[in-house]
Amino acid sequence: MSQLYAEGTPIADERAPDGPIETRWDRRRFAARLVNPANKRRLTVIVVGTGLAGGSAAATLGELGYRVESFCYQDSPRRAHSIAAQGGINAAKNYRNDGDSVHRLFYDTVKGGDFRSRESNVHRLAQISTEIIDQCVAQGVPFAREYGGLLDTRSFGGAQVSRTFYARGQTGQQLLLGAYQALARQISAGTVRMHPRTEMLDLIVVDGRARGVVVRDLVTGEVTSHLADAVVLATGGYGNAFYLSTNAKGCNTSAIWRAHRRGALFANPCYTQIHPTCIPVSGEHQSKLTLMSESLRNDGRVWVPVLAGDDRPAGEIPDAERDYYLERMYPSFGNLVPRDIASRAAKHVCDEGRGVGPGGLGVYLDFADAIARLGRPAVEAKYGNLFEMYQRITGEDPYAVPMRIYPAVHYTMGGLWVDYDLRSTIPGLFVIGEANFSDHGANRLGASALMQGLADGYFLLPNTIGDYLVDGPFDAVDPAHQAVADVESEVRGRIKALLMVDGDRTVDSFHRELGQLMWEHCGMERTDAGLRKALAQIPALREEFWRRVKVPGEGAELNQSLEKAGRVADFLELAELMCLDALHRTESCGGHFRAESQTPDGEARRDDENFSYVAAWEHTGVGTPPVLHQEHLRFEHVTPSQRSYK
Amino acid sequence: MVRLWRSTVGKKAVMAVSGAGLLLYVIAHMLANLKIFFGARSLDGYGHWLRELAAPVFGYEGVVWIARAGLLACVLLHMTTAIQLARRARAARPIGYRHRRPVQGSYSARTMRWGGVLIALFVVYHVLDITAGVVNPNGVPGQDYRNVTASFGRWYVAVFYMLAVTALGFHIRHGMWSAFQSLGISTAKRRRALRAIALGVAVVITAGFLSVPIAVLTGVLT
Amino acid sequence: MRLTLRIWRQRGTSDAGELVTYPMDDVSPDMSFLEMLDVLNEELILRGEEPVAFDHDCREGICGMCGLMINGVAHGPERATTACQLHMRHFADGDTVTIEPWRARPFPVVRDLVVDRSAFDRIIESGGYISAPTGSAPDAHAVPVPKPDADTAFEAAACIGCGACVAACPNGSAMLFTAAKATHLGLLPQGQPERYSRAEAMVRTHDELGFGGCTNTGECTAVCPKGIPLDTIGRLNSDLLRGALRS
Repeated sequence: MSQLYAEGTPIADERAPDGPIETRWDRRRFAARLVNPANKRRLTVIVVGTGLAGGSAAATLGELGYRVESFCYQDSPRRAHSIAAQGGINAAKNYRNDGDSVHRLFYDTVKGGDFRSRESNVHRLAQISTEIIDQCVAQGVPFAREYGGLLDTRSFGGAQVSRTFYARGQTGQQLLLGAYQALARQISAGTVRMHPRTEMLDLIVVDGRARGVVVRDLVTGEVTSHLADAVVLATGGYGNAFYLSTNAKGCNTSAIWRAHRRGALFANPCYTQIHPTCIPVSGEHQSKLTLMSESLRNDGRVWVPVLAGDDRPAGEIPDAERDYYLERMYPSFGNLVPRDIASRAAKHVCDEGRGVGPGGLGVYLDFADAIARLGRPAVEAKYGNLFEMYQRITGEDPYAVPMRIYPAVHYTMGGLWVDYDLRSTIPGLFVIGEANFSDHGANRLGASALMQGLADGYFLLPNTIGDYLVDGPFDAVDPAHQAVADVESEVRGRIKALLMVDGDRTVDSFHRELGQLMWEHCGMERTDAGLRKALAQIPALREEFWRRVKVPGEGAELNQSLEKAGRVADFLELAELMCLDALHRTESCGGHFRAESQTPDGEARRDDENFSYVAAWEHTGVGTPPVLHQEHLRFEHVTPSQRSYK
Repeated sequence: MVRLWRSTVGKKAVMAVSGAGLLLYVIAHMLANLKIFFGARSLDGYGHWLRELAAPVFGYEGVVWIARAGLLACVLLHMTTAIQLARRARAARPIGYRHRRPVQGSYSARTMRWGGVLIALFVVYHVLDITAGVVNPNGVPGQDYRNVTASFGRWYVAVFYMLAVTALGFHIRHGMWSAFQSLGISTAKRRRALRAIALGVAVVITAGFLSVPIAVLTGVLT
Repeated sequence: MRLTLRIWRQRGTSDAGELVTYPMDDVSPDMSFLEMLDVLNEELILRGEEPVAFDHDCREGICGMCGLMINGVAHGPERATTACQLHMRHFADGDTVTIEPWRARPFPVVRDLVVDRSAFDRIIESGGYISAPTGSAPDAHAVPVPKPDADTAFEAAACIGCGACVAACPNGSAMLFTAAKATHLGLLPQGQPERYSRAEAMVRTHDELGFGGCTNTGECTAVCPKGIPLDTIGRLNSDLLRGALRS
């Protein structure tokens, strides 16, 4: 394996304070130097992405008085994919008096992440979780409420306390609209300048500092540079490397991948989360997968027929011939086991030939018991919109026949490496939200993504970025500076190259092929042989892409094929790193399951002795072995144990 | 107030209030019309009473002219806002759809504008006919009963009249509920009731107005 | 299934456009409407023709990016369904399907079926928010909100800003979009201080952008994929008039 990558020097998170974990964030904030309020006006910050992290960061930096340039590829900042999050947002409010606390949320998150995240970061996240709810309520986010007028909460995948705040099945939408409205307020105040339908294509680094971005106006095709004192990437995850995922069609890795190519380390790229409750694939035309909120597992029971090849309709299979396998295998958590466990269990029963629906790639999620117990109106009140969505897509009535679900790629825990201040390894480049690797370890708990995105954007970055900007404004960069011109011409060259190939295969056909390859070899279960096969196939596919891709139209116009081509070209590079990371990590942990590393009863087996580290990869060129830098994880407050949900 | 007048919502409010004024007049007019079934004396007497009303204060026909001034103001405001909003609507969609299918809008909602034009044209004729008597075959001031029956004696005038009051019915059906909505009185709870009331008022008014020409055409009134 | 598509093709905002006919031979009833367009585009690209530009992103009915006039109805024949969640099983073999972009002066066509809806952002920027800077919030339970108010606010807040209301309105009015935000924020105690000024500012911007006025036909709410109710507009009207009378 040594020829696949090189071992580099270890790295460390130097900005995280030591000492009592409860006061680390306080002490860091106190130690951080403050920017003179009069100076903030003279400091420009670029924020790329307008999801929960980017939108809330741009709004808050604007409120603080910085000059903010905000970019998104969608036609409006309100459409970022955070909007699709359904289930809810965790907060350690303990409004239920059911034993929750900051420490418990911290503990659950570290354990849920299979002990591959940093204690300092996670504890801070748990502390801030409560402020997020306060902030969102003040903005008018219409969370679900009880008859007394107070906020309702529910328990959510993997948690035994009721700490998830929600707005029906549209929590992400409501939180994002809150951030979007705060952003709109700043746009109108003139502190934030918004650039919609504009895609970041590269990062400008001048004298070792991130100083700007090169973007393409998606309407006119014009390529321009924007310069600033700091750059914040909030561009989300890279689940679309699998082609089929629950991500939006436009979600892509280009911003973070380009930053990685410019020197930012990429951490834990193989940690991807496969969500257990998605609507199964219906055919080859499938362009994306739709998630059904995990909250459905609170009342739905997951089962498959006991016998392989049993193709009777669900209603005709008597209870005795059904295998409620999650309840059987995990008696104490039952249907509420964490996502990675539920997904893998579904894969196993399907591998045994007991899957249901087309191609045997599905398991039942049955509400018959819940309807009998609670009555249809109660089920409808809780899940009505999800049931409707299911029916709209599949044409089946889930009140009458059980839903069919199958796992799908949903979230990527990996991302650009950042320290406690959310700084990447390029000075002046900050990374927030799903785009960074920070808080979820090897597996993210349900309702924690919204919490992390908003924590980063509203509360963390605005408090840490000052410590960097206090040394600014940095020397103005001449737009004609060689470094700027070089990046711009590289971007233009790449666009031209994509248009010039004029081959005989569409971008989507390559993307689909890459996705199948990744799903097969770097999906729910990974093996040494499979990953090696993928590592041989991906470069070949990439080479074929640059030889045979057909991108119609021109660069200087709205050209959706060209947009896709650039994104797929980057996925073709990232995919290789994902497989390499998965290959080198010979343990199983969280979403990363190596078939070679399991307990006798098929559970993931961690290898803390050898792999209790963050794998941060350094780019050395396409096709040349990257360098691995390890950041060792220390556990002082939570003792790593084998996760058990039995 | 100027800002309110400039806004589309303000204009709709003006349209609603002026429409309400006109509606009240139409109701009174319709009820008065029914006096025709009690004979010429009843109707003509009512006309005489109206002209004499508060004569010591406002003079002969004083109240009538005040009412006419109020009605004219309402008509002008109603039409001005209607024309302005129609022009805005046209400007808001300079290029239309090649293929268009309405989903919801009732017939009455879709015919507000042309229905309104039809009603306006009718009112002009109606004033020349019954009020001024210029185009009335009888045309004797004060002989309201004979003027009406003479007018409706011509089938085409009666048909025009019936067409116009039917259009008025449709106009009221959507317009009355719409006014409640424009003034922010309609809520989720009240909407069904208000729509039903609007429909009821429209039907009663239309029926009341239709009864007179039908009675003339069928020979009940001569 | 075999379908005949008639699709609006227009190169740029200032170019003239036209309906172009494309026969489709092999449409699966399980495809979504946009997946059907994907298949068409793949064919067009391989034939050396320009693919049809259309906006889309999440493809699960929540981002509000997609918006097509399908056979004269915004988002197509299914109620409460965005174009991305409309499946081909709702069409019959042999159907002719006409696809046009949203049409309104404030929504200029960018290319083919893509329109510029930034006018909606201008409306929100003019006041569609609660001024609560980060850090200024009291505890979330400091102000209880009666459940019916919270539920009605949520109903209005479910707006995805797709623009179907404008596309369907015979007057090209964006009143349902504007009213949805005014209702969402105006019903919550947190939104009270700016309630009347918000309504006034948003309606003023709405009018300045060139949207038409509302005539209460209800076309908007009928095609709204999230079923935003028409009484939000009544509430906005009430707020605006009350605000004007107060000042």
